[in-house]
Amino acid sequence: MLITTSTTEMPTAGYGAAFLRALKSFALLRESWVGMVGTFLILFWILVAVFAPWLAPFDPNASIQPFAKPGMEAAKISGTFWLGTDHIGRDILSRVIWGSRTVLIYAPLATLCAYTVGILMGLAAGYRGGWVDDVLSRIADIILSFPVLVLYIIIIATIGASGINIIIAITFASSPGIMRIVRGLTLDLRNRDYVAAAQTRGESDWRVMIVEILPNARGPLIVDACLRLGYVIITIGVLGFLGLGLPPPDPDWGGMVNETRQMAMAFPHMTIFPCIAISSLILGFNLLADGLREISLRD
Amino acid sequence: MVTLVVKRIGFMIFTMIVVSLILFLLLETKLTGDPATRVLGQFSSAEQRELWREQHGYNQPVALRYVKWLGNFATGELGESIRFKGPVADVMFPRLWNTAILGFVTFAIMIPISLTLGVLSGMKEGSMLDRTISVFGIITTSVPEFASAVMFSALFVFSLKWLPGTSSMSGGFEFKQLILPAMVLIVYDFGYVARMTRASMAEVMTSQYIRTAVLKGLPYRSVIVKHALRNALIAPFTVIMLQINWLLSGVIVVEFFFAYKGFGALILEASLNNDIALLEACAMVAVCVAVTTQTIADIGYTFLNPRIRFS
Repeated sequence: MLITTSTTEMPTAGYGAAFLRALKSFALLRESWVGMVGTFLILFWILVAVFAPWLAPFDPNASIQPFAKPGMEAAKISGTFWLGTDHIGRDILSRVIWGSRTVLIYAPLATLCAYTVGILMGLAAGYRGGWVDDVLSRIADIILSFPVLVLYIIIIATIGASGINIIIAITFASSPGIMRIVRGLTLDLRNRDYVAAAQTRGESDWRVMIVEILPNARGPLIVDACLRLGYVIITIGVLGFLGLGLPPPDPDWGGMVNETRQMAMAFPHMTIFPCIAISSLILGFNLLADGLREISLRD
Repeated sequence: MVTLVVKRIGFMIFTMIVVSLILFLLLETKLTGDPATRVLGQFSSAEQRELWREQHGYNQPVALRYVKWLGNFATGELGESIRFKGPVADVMFPRLWNTAILGFVTFAIMIPISLTLGVLSGMKEGSMLDRTISVFGIITTSVPEFASAVMFSALFVFSLKWLPGTSSMSGGFEFKQLILPAMVLIVYDFGYVARMTRASMAEVMTSQYIRTAVLKGLPYRSVIVKHALRNALIAPFTVIMLQINWLLSGVIVVEFFFAYKGFGALILEASLNNDIALLEACAMVAVCVAVTTQTIADIGYTFLNPRIRFS
């Protein structure tokens, strides 16, 4: 499970070597078709998000023609509603395309914040031990004992729904889980010789933790980050669906389902396309994580 | 064993107290905004808010209020719901019962399915069957509950017209209305339990005593049923208990979508309507259920696993 670079490897290999290593791990990924499918799905949505202004046929927030069925021609202006329009006449294809931007900005950002906090807490708890470990671990236990969506609802209910608050809520709720993983890895790595060497050189605790321990814990963390990204996308979607997500009118996939779910029985096309979009992106991250794990188990 | 039980229960009580403190600080103090504004709305006047504070004892010191509040909670005095205009207990307990029914149906179907699939794929790691089950599990876990709810509704309600689209049970209890909510929960969660069972089964299958059993010529069937399963099903017990915690999240989405009058929908309703007393009571009950199941999972795991029990 643990990918650790061997201790004889030179740590200062330079960017060229690092780039080659990254290429090599990508080449390894080609051996796992599950991982390849995942990478393909993620790349697809990243490209859609980047080229959204050119791909979207209509303005995502413009009210054009309500209740159009998929494939219907627009009446007043030229163009086709490939996926139909919603109850206030916005083109669903354009909203799905622009919605990919929302999710691909907020989800990685929230995951990054959660990881920063989780890694710092986990390193401190695992490396220092003692009361630091006790206090941080108890805090993590308590946060993790909440049913996770209940926690989100309470946080959003008290601080309000906005982009930044969603990031705060996700950081608060998921960093304890990351902390536990990092703590476990640190406990394992802190007795290695290179850590002892760094301590003998007189390097500061934080330098040892971040320069010596953290890079060697990256294997399991990368797999976990992939899974967690998928999970954060689910969370953002669910919050949007429950009406606790990003404020309208800008498109976000969960919010689109929330706005049109009352009409889902009569016009399923309004809800089903954002659902397919979000599921395929999450599937991408989960498949990539599975592929990476498979490869890391192999050697 | 006794020390462990006492320790776990002690931690459980400690957690509940800390959680109550967090809830109190978040919802009842000015830390995250004036509670009077939250209840009366942004457009209430300063006098109205002051009157409300005076009536509800919000002008007392915070520490005193917390002790009173906790005392009320412990004695079952849960306060009044603003949204439903009645005692919180009267609103909450019927809802909790409805969710218990939904949860029971979900678990009764999900556990046999996921254990069977997990054992089947763990028996021969890396086999075609194993890979198929594992990829299938990844796919179903990747579809959020609200998305599978939409897709199942489109299929079974809109196209096939087999099942009712809402589960409000307005005309009395009807099992047909439980099918879709339970199906959504099962599809989202069985992959995880199956995966955990698989890992546990695969680990047992590589152990020495299984090799011995195979080599001494026991039929494969009895190796699995008599030797492997007993050890392989210890870990999934914990996983299943911890799924109750997850179920409390899952039911919020599902009950909201299908308009099922359950506990999850109630939490959401309380939160969206700023019904503080109801939200506090619901959150405390949710955490209490979660922490209790975690404690049972821990104690049960120790009890089931002789290697830990006797060490």
